[in-house]
Amino acid sequence: MTVSRLLPRLLAVLSAAALLAAAGPAAAEPLKVGFVYVSPIGDAGWTYQHELGRRHLETALGDKVETSYVESVPEGADAERVIREFAAGGYNLVFTTSFGYMNPTIKVAKRFPGVAFEHATGYKRAENVGTYLARFYEGRYLTGIVAGKMTKSNTVGYVAAFPIPEVVRGINAFTMGLRSVNPSAQVKVVWVSSWYDPGKEREAAETLIAQGADVITQHTDSTAPVQAAEENGVYAIGYHSDMSKYGPTAHLTASTHNWSGHYLASAKAVLDGSWAPQDLWGGIKDGMVELAPFGPAVPAEVRSLVEAKQAEIAAGTLHPFLGPVRDQSGALRVAEGGVLSDQDMLGFDWYVEGVLGKLPK
Amino acid sequence: MLLRLEPRAQASRGLRIAAPLIALALTLGSGTVLFGALGQNPILALHTFFIRPIDSLYGLSELAIKAAPLALCAVGLAIGFRGNVWNIGAEGQLTMGAICGGGLALAFYGVEGPWLLPLMVLAGGLGGMAWGAIPALLKTRFNANEILTSLMLTYVAIQLLGYLVHGPWRDPEGYNFPETRLFGEQALLPVLLDGTRLHGGVVLALIAVGLGWLLLSRSFTGFQIKVVGQAPAAAAYAGFSRGRVVWLSFLIGGGLAGIAGLGEVAGPMGQLNPTVSPGYGFAAIICAFLGRLHPFGVLLASLLLALLFLGGESLQMHLNLPLAITGVFQGLLLFFVLACDVFVRYRVRLGPAVASPAP
Repeated sequence: MTVSRLLPRLLAVLSAAALLAAAGPAAAEPLKVGFVYVSPIGDAGWTYQHELGRRHLETALGDKVETSYVESVPEGADAERVIREFAAGGYNLVFTTSFGYMNPTIKVAKRFPGVAFEHATGYKRAENVGTYLARFYEGRYLTGIVAGKMTKSNTVGYVAAFPIPEVVRGINAFTMGLRSVNPSAQVKVVWVSSWYDPGKEREAAETLIAQGADVITQHTDSTAPVQAAEENGVYAIGYHSDMSKYGPTAHLTASTHNWSGHYLASAKAVLDGSWAPQDLWGGIKDGMVELAPFGPAVPAEVRSLVEAKQAEIAAGTLHPFLGPVRDQSGALRVAEGGVLSDQDMLGFDWYVEGVLGKLPK
Repeated sequence: MLLRLEPRAQASRGLRIAAPLIALALTLGSGTVLFGALGQNPILALHTFFIRPIDSLYGLSELAIKAAPLALCAVGLAIGFRGNVWNIGAEGQLTMGAICGGGLALAFYGVEGPWLLPLMVLAGGLGGMAWGAIPALLKTRFNANEILTSLMLTYVAIQLLGYLVHGPWRDPEGYNFPETRLFGEQALLPVLLDGTRLHGGVVLALIAVGLGWLLLSRSFTGFQIKVVGQAPAAAAYAGFSRGRVVWLSFLIGGGLAGIAGLGEVAGPMGQLNPTVSPGYGFAAIICAFLGRLHPFGVLLASLLLALLFLGGESLQMHLNLPLAITGVFQGLLLFFVLACDVFVRYRVRLGPAVASPAP
């Protein structure tokens, strides 16, 4: 009993001494925003895009905001501590940027009702927890069009992480775009069972190339598939970030995420007191999904086609899952003129026609 | 001119006490230089790393939570390492414990009672033991290298967990995301201190450390393990069974690792995820050696490794230092501790080796 009382006190004295040595005069209280990242920032990939959003927030709001982050927080028991540490440390807004942070975020939010939390990709919300996600599939559809125009072998390779709806949705949207311009093209998928594993991703890309794929795309985090495509003289379409510097000739374009606008809007909302939890699923129209600049191999005619389709999606006149949508067995899932509902897209557990192989369940 | 290390006949008593202090001084010194070079106030940085994470009761409880699975795994490994049994697969045994214990929580979801938690702890321990029994069997029956078999089985266990949470054990209301439902109240380890996450697993870890010490220092079995480890020929002459030590080491190590895994899923996580452990089973190998294969040393080493982890987070969060820098500092600290340890058992000599005089 005495030890448990004495030790914190002793440490408190030590901390006070150190803080006296360190602390300067305090300025007007800025808004404190914390970010929890699942992987190292690096220079491409999922976390890198969130980091770009954080930097944008700092530039846009200057000294009205103070941001901090922790990288590589495992999605297990550790996440809750990091999130709580932000909340307890006077942070007003905390972004938790990976699916595995959902339950820890909800748990911490209960204890800190005065702090706003936003969780990326999840589905649980609370009075002070909102969620945000982007309609990545819109970008996938557009990159599918690029692949359909560029493939000669009519076989496109797809390196994918895990068969969850998010990834399956991307594969399906890509295939819809691909076959909208090239009905005989097909998609081969290799699952690597990891979000980030350069070795396995490279191997998967090389397997696909050996099987005749002449365009490689990916739903994984490293740049290895793009590099493999560059070395093997085939095309590549990146994901998350512009990966062109890893495949200067191979890289056709990439479907990229842009969180800057959302982070800025949320921070401003907390600043002026109007923040409320929302279930945001924004797409091209909201600036959350973008295409990386086209590579030198993409002809002008393809560029203008893709740009036109991009404008149609932004205007709401084109939907990637516009009927007729058939599954692998040829059964009609969406009738002519209809579109797949958000609910159906969120639960995707089947492949559209044009994807080869069986979806692991 | 050559530098060489010469073993001391007797570990230096003075250095034994001085070594950790020297390591601490070197760490603080190099930390001052490192953080100063990065434009940080070194005192503030060191404070943020070592003190700030544990300057509250909550911080201390987090330290205990982080250290508990490390200590559980490392005590079991240390017992095996003493007997020259190289179980590198604690991570897999931990994962199996989490699967077996967590599987019970899922199987009895909605019909649970106070009997569930003890059963889960038991299942966790047995699961880890069963996973440890495979390399033990392969070693005693076919003389297969236990380093390889136990390590490879780790990946099998992790893949099995991945299959379960991506497939049959997925939360039915979870939009097909790879995680199980949250366990029921009665399937969770009790929280010992209100407002913290300090759970019963910490007590289990302390009990394991105590029992590990009793076994190694106060029991005949412990004596046999040590003799088999240090002098196999003498052990054989005395009739101590090498096979028995292999089995014991793997069952104890596997069982404790399994309980550590159960402690994670029934403690702070409350569900099964594709990744139960951020590498506790591997970090425990460092803990075991850092603690000089002594259960109490292992406990201290686990606390130190836990603090390294919390300190790294704290530096990132409060001083905006990148992960790589905190990693460098953590590496420096471990390096100094281990390097100073060398001088306890060896002395540095100049010049080539001198042939010892003939008797």
